[in-house]
Amino acid sequence: MKACRKSFTETLLELAKKDDQIVAVTTDARGSVTLGDFAKELPKQFVECGIAEQNAVGISAGLAHSGKKTFVCGPACFYVARSLEQVKVDVAYSKNPVKILGVSGGVAYGALGATHHSLHDIAALRCFPGMNICLPCDARQTVKLVKFLVGFPKPCYVRVGRAAVPDVYENDDFEFEIGKAVTLLEGNDLTIIGAGETVYHALEAGKLLSAKGIKARVLDMSWIKPCDEEAVKKAAAETGRIITVEEHSKFGGLGAMVCEIISENPVPVRIIGIPDENVVHGTNKEIFHYYGMDAEGIVKAAESFLK
Amino acid sequence: METKDLVIKTEKNRKRLIEVVYKAKAGHIGGDLSCLNVLTALYAKQMNVSPALKDNPQRDRFILSKGHCVEALYVVLEDAGFLKSEVLDTLGQFGSILAGHPTVEVDGIEVNSGALGHGLGIGVGIAIAAKMNKESWKTYVLMGDGEQGEGSIYEAAMAAHQYKLDNLVAIIDRNHLQISGNTEDVMGIDNIHDRWTAFGWDVVSMNGDDMQSILDTFAGIDFTNGKPHLIVSETTKGKGVSFMENVASWHHGVPSEEQYQQAIKEINDHIAALEKNV
Repeated sequence: MKACRKSFTETLLELAKKDDQIVAVTTDARGSVTLGDFAKELPKQFVECGIAEQNAVGISAGLAHSGKKTFVCGPACFYVARSLEQVKVDVAYSKNPVKILGVSGGVAYGALGATHHSLHDIAALRCFPGMNICLPCDARQTVKLVKFLVGFPKPCYVRVGRAAVPDVYENDDFEFEIGKAVTLLEGNDLTIIGAGETVYHALEAGKLLSAKGIKARVLDMSWIKPCDEEAVKKAAAETGRIITVEEHSKFGGLGAMVCEIISENPVPVRIIGIPDENVVHGTNKEIFHYYGMDAEGIVKAAESFLK
Repeated sequence: METKDLVIKTEKNRKRLIEVVYKAKAGHIGGDLSCLNVLTALYAKQMNVSPALKDNPQRDRFILSKGHCVEALYVVLEDAGFLKSEVLDTLGQFGSILAGHPTVEVDGIEVNSGALGHGLGIGVGIAIAAKMNKESWKTYVLMGDGEQGEGSIYEAAMAAHQYKLDNLVAIIDRNHLQISGNTEDVMGIDNIHDRWTAFGWDVVSMNGDDMQSILDTFAGIDFTNGKPHLIVSETTKGKGVSFMENVASWHHGVPSEEQYQQAIKEINDHIAALEKNV
């Protein structure tokens, strides 16, 4: 059990010590991002922009344009809202291979409220040609992601949470390939698809359903773009029902994407996520429970879906 | 290249610009004309750029932050050998690689621009990279005066000072007009020198309508003074075509056939006079 942001920055520091072209950029967020050690140990590879997300993304585009392996890191809520135009134009449209790490994404900031939630990032960034999107689900997958991204010549947005998350992958012996979903549980009664932190809850739900005799297929869809369309189509054809679970608005996110993919050969889809309302105030755990995004909620949804 | 040769080159670029906008039936001709002198001086004299160097890490970098004036950049890139004439002639046609704002699909264009207020931040990143690598290439960013309303510019201005980017040159094309009228009526920036000086920049003015003033100003930049450089380039919107000068509606006007003929005649007469005096 470990926070993905910490896995991300620890791995980045380890790699940056051996590669002086790796640069970390932030916006007075070295604490919340956990870049403090990076700033101390590699000050010449660290760019502090102050509280200025638009400028941080612009500067990162310039650094990447000049060949730097650039990781701009800060709260997801600001990078996909205030600096959205810089992400669109300076990074995606200009093909500058900046890696954007959005930490404390989704509802990870809990009771801090809607200013600090990022529940529209998948919807917004999917529409930018050239942008790649990954929501790693646990610490081990995050390590593999960082190692991949250092050599990846295209832009990528990564969203992680804030708190320590349980392990989905219990050792390092697993495949992690861009654009590929991972089948965590086999089953043909229905499919449950998660991305990011919801993957763990989807897996736990799958185990609980299995104990009740319902065999759910569980997919880890951490790569949102490119997305494993074949895995979704196969799940639709073989299991006949799909539940998606996302820490995102129900509009335009994982569930909507799944519906797009199977629109020519549709099966019933139930989208679990945040409805079109201001999020209830609470911890992220309480929020997950309230909207049925935890294992208990997913099991309930699956049982009613199959009736 | 002698100043007079550069002036003649600029006038030939001006003629080509009028032709390109007339044929495409679109363009931001007023601002194109006000910054054409500066663009020509940068590409023909000041910057270490050429088609042969386009992927060379040691080249100087230019960002057209006032991206709507891309037609002026296109004609300068054509003159510098980056852009083939038959490609430039496709401007305005369906499927042309040439958009109405800069894109990296065109050789010689470093970044896509057109959303105002972005260029300086990217320029700061490029200049920081040069400092990190201890390399001597320079970064030039051309902004509009109307563009100065964008807040992101001032984030970048702070960062340029913080990182002592004396390898960064920002130029404001101060033609005093934006789409709705006089800049001072829309959102005033008349204390532009004081503002940028307060941000810690090395600020100078030049007459951007005068090639000698431009060349002297560029030659006077101290790239070792620890400060980013701002040049306020005092210009005339619509420069070089009598009926377009200082008329806000030429921000993105397209000449009629009669106006086109008159503009070409004026520029031809100017070139002939210049060549006579050489």
